[in-house]
Amino acid sequence: MTTATYAEREVSLDAEGFFTDPSQWDEAEAPAIAAAEGISPLTDRHWEVIRFMRREYEEKGAAPNVRALAKTSGVSIRELYQLFPKGPAKLAAKIAGVPKPVGCI
Amino acid sequence: MIGGGTGGTLAANRLRRSLAPDDAITVIDADDRHLYQPGLLFVPFGLAPAARLVRPRAAQLRAGIDFLQSVVEEVDVEADQVVLAGGERIPYDVLVVASGARLLLQETEGLTGPGWGERVHTFYSLPGAATLAGALASFAGGRLVVDLVDLPVKCPVAPLEFCFLADWYLQRHGLRSRVQLTYVTALDGAFTKATCNRELSGLLARKGVEVVTEFATARVDAAGGRLVSYDEREVGFDLAVVVPLHGGADYVSRSPGLGDALGFVPTDGGTLQARVKPNVFVIGDAADLRASKAGSVAHFEGPVLARNVARYLGREAPDAHFDGHTNCFIETGFGKAILIDFDDDLEPVAGHFPTPIGLPLLRESRLNHLGKLAFEQLYWHAILPGREIPLVGSEMPRAGKRPQLAPPLLQTEGGTR
Ligand SMILES: Cc1cc2nc3c(=O)[nH]c(=O)nc-3n(C[C@H](O)[C@H](O)[C@H](O)COP(=O)(O)OP(=O)(O)OC[C@H]3O[C@@H](n4cnc5c(N)ncnc54)[C@H](O)[C@@H]3O)c2cc1C
Repeated sequence: MTTATYAEREVSLDAEGFFTDPSQWDEAEAPAIAAAEGISPLTDRHWEVIRFMRREYEEKGAAPNVRALAKTSGVSIRELYQLFPKGPAKLAAKIAGVPKPVGCI
Repeated sequence: MIGGGTGGTLAANRLRRSLAPDDAITVIDADDRHLYQPGLLFVPFGLAPAARLVRPRAAQLRAGIDFLQSVVEEVDVEADQVVLAGGERIPYDVLVVASGARLLLQETEGLTGPGWGERVHTFYSLPGAATLAGALASFAGGRLVVDLVDLPVKCPVAPLEFCFLADWYLQRHGLRSRVQLTYVTALDGAFTKATCNRELSGLLARKGVEVVTEFATARVDAAGGRLVSYDEREVGFDLAVVVPLHGGADYVSRSPGLGDALGFVPTDGGTLQARVKPNVFVIGDAADLRASKAGSVAHFEGPVLARNVARYLGREAPDAHFDGHTNCFIETGFGKAILIDFDDDLEPVAGHFPTPIGLPLLRESRLNHLGKLAFEQLYWHAILPGREIPLVGSEMPRAGKRPQLAPPLLQTEGGTR
Protein backbone atom coordinates (compact mmCIF):
# COMPACT_ATOMS: atom_id res chain seq x y z
CA MET A 1 0.00 0.00 0.00
CA THR A 2 1.20 3.51 -0.76
CA THR A 3 -0.08 7.00 -0.18
CA ALA A 4 -0.54 9.98 -2.45
CA THR A 5 -1.62 13.57 -2.00
CA TYR A 6 -4.41 14.93 -4.17
CA ALA A 7 -5.81 18.44 -3.59
CA GLU A 8 -3.77 18.66 -0.38
CA ARG A 9 -5.27 15.52 1.06
CA GLU A 10 -3.31 12.37 1.82
CA VAL A 11 -5.03 9.17 0.62
CA SER A 12 -4.14 5.43 0.67
CA LEU A 13 -3.76 3.58 -2.62
CA ASP A 14 -3.24 -0.05 -3.57
CA ALA A 15 -0.30 -1.25 -5.68
CA GLU A 16 -2.07 -0.22 -8.89
CA GLY A 17 -3.08 3.22 -7.65
CA PHE A 18 -6.73 2.53 -6.76
CA PHE A 19 -8.21 3.98 -3.55
CA THR A 20 -8.28 1.45 -0.72
CA ASP A 21 -10.67 3.67 1.24
CA PRO A 22 -13.24 5.31 -1.08
CA SER A 23 -14.38 7.60 1.76
CA GLN A 24 -11.08 9.48 1.41
CA TRP A 25 -12.23 10.73 -2.00
CA ASP A 26 -14.03 13.93 -2.86
CA GLU A 27 -14.61 15.68 -6.17
CA ALA A 28 -11.84 18.20 -5.56
CA GLU A 29 -9.28 15.37 -5.84
CA ALA A 30 -10.47 14.07 -9.22
CA PRO A 31 -8.67 16.57 -11.50
CA ALA A 32 -5.31 15.76 -9.88
CA ILE A 33 -5.82 11.99 -10.19
CA ALA A 34 -6.90 12.43 -13.81
CA ALA A 35 -3.92 14.64 -14.63
CA ALA A 36 -1.56 12.00 -13.22
CA GLU A 37 -3.16 9.57 -15.70
CA GLY A 38 -2.69 12.02 -18.56
CA ILE A 39 -6.30 13.22 -18.72
CA SER A 40 -6.61 16.98 -18.46
CA PRO A 41 -8.82 18.93 -18.29
CA LEU A 42 -11.92 17.00 -17.17
CA THR A 43 -14.88 17.90 -19.37
CA ASP A 44 -18.58 17.67 -18.44
CA ARG A 45 -18.69 14.34 -20.26
CA HIS A 46 -15.82 13.00 -18.11
CA TRP A 47 -17.64 14.16 -15.01
CA GLU A 48 -20.83 12.41 -16.08
CA VAL A 49 -18.96 9.10 -16.23
CA ILE A 50 -17.01 9.72 -13.00
CA ARG A 51 -20.15 10.57 -11.03
CA PHE A 52 -21.99 7.60 -12.55
CA MET A 53 -19.11 5.31 -11.57
CA ARG A 54 -19.17 6.67 -8.03
CA ARG A 55 -22.95 6.20 -7.74
CA GLU A 56 -22.82 2.63 -9.08
CA TYR A 57 -20.11 1.77 -6.59
CA GLU A 58 -22.04 3.29 -3.70
CA GLU A 59 -25.26 1.49 -4.67
CA LYS A 60 -23.88 -1.89 -5.69
CA GLY A 61 -20.58 -2.15 -3.83
CA ALA A 62 -18.58 -2.79 -7.02
CA ALA A 63 -17.46 -0.74 -9.99
CA PRO A 64 -18.94 -1.83 -13.36
CA ASN A 65 -16.71 -3.08 -16.18
CA VAL A 66 -16.63 -1.24 -19.51
CA ARG A 67 -19.53 -3.14 -21.17
CA ALA A 68 -21.82 -2.68 -18.18
CA LEU A 69 -20.73 0.95 -17.95
CA ALA A 70 -21.66 1.55 -21.60
CA LYS A 71 -25.01 -0.16 -21.23
CA THR A 72 -26.07 1.67 -18.08
CA SER A 73 -24.41 5.11 -18.26
CA GLY A 74 -25.71 6.06 -21.70
CA VAL A 75 -22.16 6.83 -22.92
CA SER A 76 -21.16 4.49 -25.78
CA ILE A 77 -18.09 2.28 -25.56
CA ARG A 78 -16.50 4.21 -28.39
CA GLU A 79 -16.93 7.51 -26.55
CA LEU A 80 -15.75 5.95 -23.28
CA TYR A 81 -12.50 5.05 -25.04
CA GLN A 82 -12.17 8.59 -26.37
CA LEU A 83 -12.71 10.06 -22.90
CA PHE A 84 -10.57 7.53 -21.01
CA PRO A 85 -8.11 5.98 -23.50
CA LYS A 86 -6.88 2.39 -22.99
CA GLY A 87 -9.06 1.28 -20.08
CA PRO A 88 -12.19 3.37 -19.53
CA ALA A 89 -13.62 1.38 -16.62
CA LYS A 90 -10.28 1.14 -14.85
CA LEU A 91 -9.42 4.81 -15.37
CA ALA A 92 -12.85 6.12 -14.45
CA ALA A 93 -12.82 3.98 -11.31
CA LYS A 94 -9.39 5.26 -10.35
CA ILE A 95 -10.41 8.89 -10.86
CA ALA A 96 -13.68 8.29 -8.99
CA GLY A 97 -11.75 6.92 -6.00
CA VAL A 98 -13.25 3.43 -6.04
CA PRO A 99 -11.59 -0.02 -6.22
CA LYS A 100 -10.63 -1.60 -9.56
CA PRO A 101 -13.59 -3.15 -11.41
CA VAL A 102 -13.30 -6.91 -11.00
CA GLY A 103 -12.89 -9.16 -13.98
CA CYS A 104 -14.71 -12.44 -13.82
CA ILE A 105 -11.93 -15.01 -13.69
CA MET B 1 -35.38 -25.18 -12.92
CA ILE B 2 -34.69 -23.06 -16.00
CA GLY B 3 -31.94 -24.74 -17.99
CA GLY B 4 -31.00 -28.41 -18.29
CA GLY B 5 -27.27 -27.88 -18.87
CA THR B 6 -24.45 -28.62 -16.42
CA GLY B 7 -25.81 -26.70 -13.41
CA GLY B 8 -29.52 -27.39 -13.90
CA THR B 9 -29.00 -31.12 -14.40
CA LEU B 10 -26.70 -31.70 -11.44
CA ALA B 11 -28.84 -29.52 -9.16
CA ALA B 12 -32.07 -31.30 -10.17
CA ASN B 13 -30.48 -34.71 -9.58
CA ARG B 14 -29.18 -33.68 -6.16
CA LEU B 15 -32.54 -32.19 -5.17
CA ARG B 16 -34.42 -35.28 -6.34
CA ARG B 17 -32.36 -37.33 -3.90
CA SER B 18 -32.78 -34.97 -0.96
CA LEU B 19 -36.35 -33.67 -1.30
CA ALA B 20 -39.53 -35.55 -0.40
CA PRO B 21 -40.96 -37.68 -3.24
CA ASP B 22 -44.05 -35.48 -3.54
CA ASP B 23 -41.97 -32.31 -4.07
CA ALA B 24 -42.24 -31.94 -7.85
CA ILE B 25 -39.16 -30.91 -9.85
CA THR B 26 -39.46 -29.65 -13.43
CA VAL B 27 -36.47 -28.87 -15.64
CA ILE B 28 -37.23 -26.59 -18.59
CA ASP B 29 -34.85 -26.31 -21.53
CA ALA B 30 -35.21 -24.88 -25.02
CA ASP B 31 -33.80 -28.01 -26.66
CA ASP B 32 -32.99 -31.66 -25.97
CA ARG B 33 -29.31 -31.63 -26.86
CA HIS B 34 -27.01 -31.62 -23.84
CA LEU B 35 -23.56 -30.58 -25.06
CA TYR B 36 -20.34 -31.44 -23.23
CA GLN B 37 -18.90 -27.96 -23.74
CA PRO B 38 -15.31 -28.62 -22.60
CA GLY B 39 -15.08 -30.97 -25.60
CA LEU B 40 -15.50 -28.01 -27.98
CA LEU B 41 -11.82 -27.17 -27.48
CA PHE B 42 -10.77 -30.42 -29.14
CA VAL B 43 -13.15 -30.40 -32.13
CA PRO B 44 -11.19 -27.92 -34.31
CA PHE B 45 -8.08 -30.12 -34.06
CA GLY B 46 -9.86 -33.34 -34.99
CA LEU B 47 -9.35 -34.64 -31.45
CA ALA B 48 -13.07 -35.10 -30.67
CA PRO B 49 -15.86 -35.95 -33.10
CA ALA B 50 -18.70 -33.44 -32.69
CA ALA B 51 -21.38 -36.12 -32.45
CA ARG B 52 -19.77 -37.69 -29.36
CA LEU B 53 -20.26 -34.52 -27.33
CA VAL B 54 -24.06 -34.42 -27.43
CA ARG B 55 -26.57 -36.52 -25.48
CA PRO B 56 -30.31 -36.17 -24.82
CA ARG B 57 -31.07 -34.00 -21.78
CA ALA B 58 -33.83 -36.09 -20.23
CA ALA B 59 -31.55 -39.14 -20.13
CA GLN B 60 -29.25 -37.26 -17.71
CA LEU B 61 -32.10 -36.64 -15.24
CA ARG B 62 -33.11 -39.09 -12.49
CA ALA B 63 -36.51 -40.75 -12.44
CA GLY B 64 -39.05 -38.45 -10.83
CA ILE B 65 -37.85 -35.27 -12.56
CA ASP B 66 -40.06 -33.81 -15.29
CA PHE B 67 -38.33 -32.49 -18.40
CA LEU B 68 -40.20 -29.82 -20.32
CA GLN B 69 -38.84 -28.75 -23.69
CA SER B 70 -39.87 -25.15 -24.11
CA VAL B 71 -38.38 -21.66 -24.40
CA VAL B 72 -38.73 -19.46 -21.32
CA GLU B 73 -39.98 -16.03 -22.30
CA GLU B 74 -39.96 -14.29 -18.92
CA VAL B 75 -40.02 -14.84 -15.17
CA ASP B 76 -42.78 -13.07 -13.28
CA VAL B 77 -40.88 -12.74 -10.01
CA GLU B 78 -43.79 -11.02 -8.25
CA ALA B 79 -46.24 -13.81 -9.06
CA ASP B 80 -43.71 -16.70 -8.71
CA GLN B 81 -44.38 -17.89 -12.25
CA VAL B 82 -42.30 -18.81 -15.29
CA VAL B 83 -43.85 -17.65 -18.57
CA LEU B 84 -43.23 -19.93 -21.57
CA ALA B 85 -43.02 -18.88 -25.22
CA GLY B 86 -46.61 -19.90 -25.91
CA GLY B 87 -47.83 -17.79 -22.99
CA GLU B 88 -48.32 -20.73 -20.62
CA ARG B 89 -47.47 -19.93 -16.98
CA ILE B 90 -45.74 -22.42 -14.69
CA PRO B 91 -46.07 -21.58 -10.98
CA TYR B 92 -43.23 -22.38 -8.55
CA ASP B 93 -42.38 -22.34 -4.85
CA VAL B 94 -38.68 -22.18 -5.62
CA LEU B 95 -37.06 -21.21 -8.92
CA VAL B 96 -33.53 -22.24 -9.84
CA VAL B 97 -32.04 -20.15 -12.64
CA ALA B 98 -29.55 -22.35 -14.53
CA SER B 99 -29.79 -20.83 -17.99
CA GLY B 100 -26.07 -20.26 -18.41
CA ALA B 101 -24.42 -17.69 -20.67
CA ARG B 102 -24.83 -17.14 -24.40
CA LEU B 103 -22.62 -15.65 -27.11
CA LEU B 104 -23.44 -12.04 -27.99
CA LEU B 105 -22.02 -12.00 -31.53
CA GLN B 106 -24.03 -8.91 -32.47
CA GLU B 107 -22.20 -6.86 -29.79
CA THR B 108 -19.04 -6.79 -31.91
CA GLU B 109 -19.28 -5.06 -35.25
CA GLY B 110 -18.58 -7.30 -38.23
CA LEU B 111 -18.66 -10.59 -36.33
CA THR B 112 -21.65 -12.11 -38.06
CA GLY B 113 -21.02 -10.29 -41.34
CA PRO B 114 -19.32 -11.46 -44.54
CA GLY B 115 -16.39 -13.74 -43.84
CA TRP B 116 -17.98 -15.24 -40.70
CA GLY B 117 -17.37 -18.98 -40.89
CA GLU B 118 -14.73 -18.43 -43.58
CA ARG B 119 -11.89 -16.27 -42.28
CA VAL B 120 -13.46 -15.55 -38.90
CA HIS B 121 -14.50 -18.36 -36.55
CA THR B 122 -15.33 -19.32 -33.00
CA PHE B 123 -15.02 -22.69 -31.25
CA TYR B 124 -17.49 -21.66 -28.51
CA SER B 125 -20.43 -23.33 -30.28
CA LEU B 126 -20.69 -26.79 -31.80
CA PRO B 127 -21.36 -25.61 -35.39
CA GLY B 128 -18.58 -23.02 -34.95
CA ALA B 129 -16.05 -25.60 -33.73
CA ALA B 130 -16.93 -27.99 -36.56
CA THR B 131 -16.57 -25.28 -39.24
CA LEU B 132 -13.26 -24.20 -37.74
CA ALA B 133 -11.98 -27.78 -38.00
CA GLY B 134 -12.45 -27.54 -41.76
CA ALA B 135 -10.77 -24.13 -41.95
CA LEU B 136 -7.73 -25.31 -39.96
CA ALA B 137 -7.39 -28.42 -42.08
CA SER B 138 -7.07 -26.28 -45.20
CA PHE B 139 -4.97 -23.52 -43.60
CA ALA B 140 -1.71 -23.27 -45.47
CA GLY B 141 0.02 -20.68 -43.27
CA GLY B 142 -0.07 -16.98 -42.45
CA ARG B 143 -1.30 -15.04 -39.43
CA LEU B 144 -3.53 -17.00 -37.03
CA VAL B 145 -5.08 -14.75 -34.39
CA VAL B 146 -6.99 -15.86 -31.29
CA ASP B 147 -9.03 -12.98 -29.88
CA LEU B 148 -10.67 -12.79 -26.45
CA VAL B 149 -13.11 -9.91 -26.95
CA ASP B 150 -13.96 -9.26 -23.30
CA LEU B 151 -14.90 -10.84 -20.01
CA PRO B 152 -17.00 -12.46 -18.80
CA VAL B 153 -16.59 -15.61 -20.89
CA LYS B 154 -17.07 -19.26 -20.11
CA CYS B 155 -13.88 -21.03 -19.13
CA PRO B 156 -11.50 -18.05 -19.49
CA VAL B 157 -8.51 -20.38 -19.96
CA ALA B 158 -10.01 -22.05 -23.05
CA PRO B 159 -8.69 -19.37 -25.48
CA LEU B 160 -5.17 -19.97 -24.10
CA GLU B 161 -5.60 -23.71 -24.41
CA PHE B 162 -6.62 -23.12 -28.01
CA CYS B 163 -3.29 -21.33 -28.62
CA PHE B 164 -1.30 -24.19 -27.05
CA LEU B 165 -3.14 -26.81 -29.07
CA ALA B 166 -2.85 -24.75 -32.27
CA ASP B 167 0.94 -24.64 -31.75
CA TRP B 168 0.98 -28.42 -31.36
CA TYR B 169 -1.36 -28.99 -34.33
CA LEU B 170 0.64 -26.75 -36.66
CA GLN B 171 3.90 -28.43 -35.68
CA ARG B 172 2.42 -31.83 -36.29
CA HIS B 173 1.36 -30.74 -39.77
CA GLY B 174 4.76 -29.21 -40.49
CA LEU B 175 3.28 -25.73 -40.75
CA ARG B 176 4.42 -24.03 -37.56
CA SER B 177 7.28 -22.10 -39.19
CA ARG B 178 4.87 -20.66 -41.71
CA VAL B 179 2.39 -19.40 -39.11
CA GLN B 180 2.53 -16.32 -36.92
CA LEU B 181 0.40 -17.20 -33.89
CA THR B 182 -0.95 -14.26 -31.86
CA TYR B 183 -3.13 -14.12 -28.76
CA VAL B 184 -5.12 -10.89 -28.49
CA THR B 185 -6.89 -10.15 -25.20
CA ALA B 186 -8.93 -7.40 -23.60
CA LEU B 187 -7.20 -8.17 -20.29
CA ASP B 188 -3.94 -6.64 -19.13
CA GLY B 189 -2.27 -10.05 -19.08
CA ALA B 190 -2.76 -13.61 -20.33
CA PHE B 191 -4.75 -14.39 -17.17
CA THR B 192 -6.03 -12.18 -14.36
CA LYS B 193 -4.69 -14.12 -11.36
CA ALA B 194 -1.14 -12.87 -10.87
CA THR B 195 0.79 -16.09 -10.17
CA CYS B 196 -0.99 -17.99 -12.87
CA ASN B 197 -0.53 -15.14 -15.31
CA ARG B 198 3.24 -15.38 -14.85
CA GLU B 199 3.23 -19.13 -15.50
CA LEU B 200 0.97 -18.96 -18.54
CA SER B 201 2.75 -15.96 -20.05
CA GLY B 202 6.03 -17.85 -19.79
CA LEU B 203 4.52 -20.83 -21.53
CA LEU B 204 3.07 -18.70 -24.33
CA ALA B 205 6.47 -17.10 -24.87
CA ARG B 206 8.21 -20.50 -24.99
CA LYS B 207 5.74 -21.70 -27.60
CA GLY B 208 6.32 -18.59 -29.70
CA VAL B 209 2.85 -17.15 -29.23
CA GLU B 210 2.87 -13.38 -29.45
CA VAL B 211 0.55 -11.67 -26.93
CA VAL B 212 -1.31 -8.39 -27.46
CA THR B 213 -2.96 -7.11 -24.24
CA GLU B 214 -5.58 -4.48 -23.38
CA PHE B 215 -7.01 -4.78 -26.87
CA ALA B 216 -10.73 -3.99 -26.72
CA THR B 217 -12.05 -5.29 -30.03
CA ALA B 218 -14.47 -2.84 -31.61
CA ARG B 219 -14.64 -4.35 -35.06
CA VAL B 220 -13.72 -7.51 -36.93
CA ASP B 221 -13.01 -6.68 -40.55
CA ALA B 222 -12.99 -10.05 -42.28
CA ALA B 223 -12.55 -8.68 -45.81
CA GLY B 224 -9.60 -6.52 -44.75
CA GLY B 225 -8.24 -9.24 -42.45
CA ARG B 226 -7.88 -7.08 -39.34
CA LEU B 227 -9.16 -6.61 -35.82
CA VAL B 228 -9.68 -2.97 -34.88
CA SER B 229 -9.80 -1.83 -31.24
CA TYR B 230 -11.77 1.02 -29.73
CA ASP B 231 -8.55 2.99 -29.39
CA GLU B 232 -7.84 2.46 -33.11
CA ARG B 233 -5.11 -0.17 -32.87
CA GLU B 234 -5.08 -2.95 -35.46
CA VAL B 235 -4.03 -6.59 -35.59
CA GLY B 236 -3.94 -8.23 -39.01
CA PHE B 237 -4.98 -11.85 -39.64
CA ASP B 238 -5.46 -14.48 -42.28
CA LEU B 239 -7.52 -16.66 -39.96
CA ALA B 240 -9.21 -15.31 -36.80
CA VAL B 241 -10.62 -17.35 -33.94
CA VAL B 242 -12.81 -15.06 -31.86
CA VAL B 243 -14.24 -15.68 -28.39
CA PRO B 244 -17.18 -13.27 -28.41
CA LEU B 245 -18.62 -11.31 -25.52
CA HIS B 246 -21.05 -13.31 -23.37
CA GLY B 247 -24.31 -12.29 -21.76
CA GLY B 248 -27.03 -14.06 -19.81
CA ALA B 249 -30.15 -15.60 -21.40
CA ASP B 250 -32.35 -12.96 -23.01
CA TYR B 251 -35.43 -13.72 -20.87
CA VAL B 252 -33.39 -12.57 -17.84
CA SER B 253 -33.22 -9.00 -19.16
CA ARG B 254 -36.92 -9.12 -19.97
CA SER B 255 -37.84 -10.14 -16.40
CA PRO B 256 -38.18 -7.02 -14.22
CA GLY B 257 -35.64 -6.94 -11.38
CA LEU B 258 -34.01 -10.28 -12.22
CA GLY B 259 -30.90 -9.35 -14.22
CA ASP B 260 -28.10 -6.79 -14.61
CA ALA B 261 -27.11 -4.86 -17.74
CA LEU B 262 -25.56 -7.95 -19.36
CA GLY B 263 -28.40 -10.31 -18.45
CA PHE B 264 -26.60 -12.01 -15.55
CA VAL B 265 -28.46 -12.48 -12.28
CA PRO B 266 -27.17 -10.54 -9.25
CA THR B 267 -26.61 -13.31 -6.71
CA ASP B 268 -25.46 -13.72 -3.12
CA GLY B 269 -22.17 -15.54 -3.71
CA GLY B 270 -22.48 -17.41 -0.40
CA THR B 271 -26.07 -18.69 -0.27
CA LEU B 272 -26.57 -18.65 -4.09
CA GLN B 273 -29.89 -16.80 -3.66
CA ALA B 274 -30.79 -14.17 -6.25
CA ARG B 275 -30.86 -10.68 -4.78
CA VAL B 276 -34.32 -10.10 -6.25
CA LYS B 277 -36.23 -12.54 -4.01
CA PRO B 278 -35.31 -15.28 -1.51
CA ASN B 279 -37.15 -18.07 -3.38
CA VAL B 280 -35.02 -17.59 -6.50
CA PHE B 281 -31.67 -19.43 -6.54
CA VAL B 282 -28.94 -19.34 -9.17
CA ILE B 283 -26.36 -21.93 -10.25
CA GLY B 284 -23.62 -21.84 -12.86
CA ASP B 285 -22.85 -19.28 -15.53
CA ALA B 286 -26.14 -17.38 -15.12
CA ALA B 287 -24.96 -15.76 -11.87
CA ASP B 288 -23.02 -12.49 -11.73
CA LEU B 289 -20.44 -14.00 -9.35
CA ARG B 290 -16.72 -13.29 -9.40
CA ALA B 291 -16.05 -17.03 -9.70
CA SER B 292 -15.18 -18.35 -13.17
CA LYS B 293 -17.95 -19.38 -15.51
CA ALA B 294 -16.98 -23.04 -15.44
CA GLY B 295 -18.60 -26.43 -15.09
CA SER B 296 -16.38 -27.13 -12.08
CA VAL B 297 -17.87 -24.10 -10.33
CA ALA B 298 -21.42 -25.35 -10.99
CA HIS B 299 -20.30 -28.73 -9.62
CA PHE B 300 -18.93 -27.23 -6.41
CA GLU B 301 -22.03 -25.03 -6.06
CA GLY B 302 -24.28 -28.11 -6.32
CA PRO B 303 -24.29 -29.29 -2.68
CA VAL B 304 -24.60 -25.69 -1.39
CA LEU B 305 -27.58 -24.99 -3.63
CA ALA B 306 -29.31 -28.30 -2.87
CA ARG B 307 -28.97 -27.80 0.88
CA ASN B 308 -30.15 -24.19 0.81
CA VAL B 309 -33.16 -24.94 -1.41
CA ALA B 310 -34.18 -27.80 0.89
CA ARG B 311 -33.84 -25.55 3.95
CA TYR B 312 -35.82 -22.80 2.26
CA LEU B 313 -38.65 -25.24 1.49
CA GLY B 314 -38.53 -26.37 5.14
CA ARG B 315 -38.79 -22.71 6.23
CA GLU B 316 -35.27 -22.64 7.63
CA ALA B 317 -32.64 -20.02 6.85
CA PRO B 318 -30.05 -21.08 4.23
CA ASP B 319 -26.85 -22.04 6.04
CA ALA B 320 -24.58 -23.52 3.36
CA HIS B 321 -21.96 -21.20 1.93
CA PHE B 322 -20.13 -21.31 -1.42
CA ASP B 323 -16.43 -20.35 -1.27
CA GLY B 324 -15.78 -19.65 -4.96
CA HIS B 325 -13.97 -22.98 -5.43
CA THR B 326 -12.77 -23.41 -9.03
CA ASN B 327 -10.71 -26.16 -10.56
CA CYS B 328 -9.48 -26.40 -14.11
CA PHE B 329 -7.22 -28.45 -16.26
CA ILE B 330 -5.39 -26.29 -18.77
CA GLU B 331 -4.46 -28.31 -21.84
CA THR B 332 -1.00 -27.21 -22.96
CA GLY B 333 -0.43 -29.42 -26.00
CA PHE B 334 1.91 -32.37 -26.64
CA GLY B 335 -0.10 -34.58 -24.29
CA LYS B 336 0.32 -32.39 -21.24
CA ALA B 337 -1.81 -30.16 -19.06
CA ILE B 338 -1.61 -27.89 -16.02
CA LEU B 339 -4.08 -28.14 -13.13
CA ILE B 340 -5.13 -25.10 -11.14
CA ASP B 341 -7.38 -25.06 -8.07
CA PHE B 342 -8.42 -21.89 -6.24
CA ASP B 343 -11.20 -20.02 -4.43
CA ASP B 344 -12.20 -16.43 -3.66
CA ASP B 345 -9.40 -16.11 -1.08
CA LEU B 346 -6.50 -18.23 -2.29
CA GLU B 347 -5.20 -17.80 -5.81
CA PRO B 348 -3.74 -20.75 -7.75
CA VAL B 349 -0.62 -22.04 -5.99
CA ALA B 350 1.84 -24.89 -6.36
CA GLY B 351 1.53 -28.24 -4.55
CA HIS B 352 -0.68 -31.24 -5.20
CA PHE B 353 -4.41 -31.85 -5.54
CA PRO B 354 -6.51 -32.80 -3.65
CA THR B 355 -4.03 -34.08 -1.04
CA PRO B 356 -0.22 -33.94 -0.77
CA ILE B 357 -0.13 -37.06 -2.94
CA GLY B 358 -2.19 -36.30 -6.00
CA LEU B 359 -2.12 -34.38 -9.24
CA PRO B 360 0.62 -31.75 -9.48
CA LEU B 361 -0.69 -28.17 -9.29
CA LEU B 362 0.45 -25.29 -11.50
CA ARG B 363 2.88 -27.52 -13.36
CA GLU B 364 2.73 -29.19 -16.77
CA SER B 365 2.36 -32.95 -16.59
CA ARG B 366 1.07 -35.92 -18.56
CA LEU B 367 -1.01 -36.99 -15.56
CA ASN B 368 -3.01 -33.76 -15.75
CA HIS B 369 -3.62 -34.31 -19.46
CA LEU B 370 -5.03 -37.75 -18.65
CA GLY B 371 -7.13 -36.04 -15.97
CA LYS B 372 -8.52 -33.66 -18.56
CA LEU B 373 -9.46 -36.52 -20.87
CA ALA B 374 -10.99 -38.53 -18.01
CA PHE B 375 -13.10 -35.50 -17.15
CA GLU B 376 -15.43 -36.27 -20.08
CA GLN B 377 -16.52 -39.60 -18.57
CA LEU B 378 -16.58 -38.07 -15.10
CA TYR B 379 -18.90 -35.38 -16.47
CA TRP B 380 -21.60 -37.77 -17.72
CA HIS B 381 -21.28 -40.34 -14.96
CA ALA B 382 -20.46 -38.40 -11.77
CA ILE B 383 -20.86 -34.64 -12.22
CA LEU B 384 -24.28 -34.60 -13.92
CA PRO B 385 -25.76 -37.28 -11.62
CA GLY B 386 -24.64 -35.02 -8.76
CA ARG B 387 -22.38 -37.61 -7.15
CA GLU B 388 -19.51 -36.79 -4.84
CA ILE B 389 -16.13 -37.37 -6.43
CA PRO B 390 -13.87 -39.24 -3.96
CA LEU B 391 -11.62 -36.81 -2.06
CA VAL B 392 -12.95 -33.77 -3.94
CA GLY B 393 -15.59 -31.99 -1.88
CA SER B 394 -17.27 -28.68 -2.49
CA GLU B 395 -14.87 -26.72 -0.30
CA MET B 396 -11.45 -26.00 -1.73
CA PRO B 397 -8.92 -28.46 -0.26
CA ARG B 398 -5.87 -26.86 1.37
CA ALA B 399 -3.92 -29.95 2.45
CA GLY B 400 -1.70 -30.31 -0.61
CA LYS B 401 -1.25 -26.61 -1.29
CA ARG B 402 2.02 -24.81 -0.76
CA PRO B 403 1.17 -21.10 -0.91
CA GLN B 404 4.26 -20.28 1.17
CA LEU B 405 6.54 -21.44 -1.64
CA ALA B 406 7.40 -18.84 -4.16
CA PRO B 407 5.97 -20.52 -7.24
CA PRO B 408 8.78 -21.85 -9.40
CA LEU B 409 8.91 -20.91 -13.01
CA LEU B 410 6.85 -23.44 -14.82
CA GLN B 411 8.60 -26.79 -14.67
CA THR B 412 8.11 -29.22 -17.45
CA GLU B 413 8.30 -32.97 -17.34
CA GLY B 414 10.52 -34.74 -19.82
CA GLY B 415 11.54 -32.34 -22.53
CA THR B 416 11.20 -28.81 -23.65
CA ARG B 417 7.50 -28.59 -24.44
C1 LIG C 1 -15.13 -24.06 -25.29
C2 LIG C 1 -15.50 -24.28 -23.87
C3 LIG C 1 -14.65 -25.00 -23.04
C4 LIG C 1 -14.97 -25.21 -21.70
N1 LIG C 1 -14.10 -25.93 -20.92
C5 LIG C 1 -14.39 -26.14 -19.62
C6 LIG C 1 -13.53 -26.92 -18.79
O1 LIG C 1 -12.51 -27.43 -19.23
N2 LIG C 1 -13.86 -27.09 -17.49
C7 LIG C 1 -14.99 -26.54 -16.95
O2 LIG C 1 -15.25 -26.70 -15.76
N3 LIG C 1 -15.85 -25.79 -17.71
C8 LIG C 1 -15.58 -25.59 -19.03
N4 LIG C 1 -16.44 -24.86 -19.82
C9 LIG C 1 -17.57 -24.16 -19.19
C10 LIG C 1 -18.77 -25.03 -18.89
O3 LIG C 1 -19.16 -25.76 -20.00
C11 LIG C 1 -19.92 -24.13 -18.43
O4 LIG C 1 -19.44 -23.25 -17.43
C12 LIG C 1 -21.06 -24.92 -17.85
O5 LIG C 1 -21.62 -25.72 -18.85
C13 LIG C 1 -22.11 -23.99 -17.24
O6 LIG C 1 -23.24 -24.67 -16.86
P1 LIG C 1 -24.65 -23.92 -16.79
O7 LIG C 1 -25.62 -24.91 -16.29
O8 LIG C 1 -24.50 -22.65 -16.06
O9 LIG C 1 -24.98 -23.52 -18.30
P2 LIG C 1 -25.21 -24.48 -19.55
O10 LIG C 1 -24.63 -25.81 -19.32
O11 LIG C 1 -24.72 -23.72 -20.73
O12 LIG C 1 -26.79 -24.66 -19.62
C14 LIG C 1 -27.69 -23.59 -19.80
C15 LIG C 1 -28.96 -24.15 -20.39
O13 LIG C 1 -30.02 -23.19 -20.32
C16 LIG C 1 -30.81 -23.34 -21.48
N5 LIG C 1 -31.54 -22.08 -21.71
C17 LIG C 1 -31.01 -20.83 -21.87
N6 LIG C 1 -31.99 -19.94 -22.10
C18 LIG C 1 -33.15 -20.61 -22.07
C19 LIG C 1 -34.51 -20.22 -22.24
N7 LIG C 1 -34.86 -18.95 -22.48
N8 LIG C 1 -35.47 -21.18 -22.17
C20 LIG C 1 -35.14 -22.48 -21.92
N9 LIG C 1 -33.86 -22.89 -21.74
C21 LIG C 1 -32.88 -21.97 -21.82
C22 LIG C 1 -29.82 -23.66 -22.59
O14 LIG C 1 -30.44 -24.31 -23.66
C23 LIG C 1 -28.80 -24.53 -21.87
O15 LIG C 1 -29.08 -25.89 -22.02
C24 LIG C 1 -16.17 -24.67 -21.18
C25 LIG C 1 -17.03 -23.96 -22.02
C26 LIG C 1 -16.72 -23.76 -23.35
C27 LIG C 1 -17.67 -22.99 -24.23
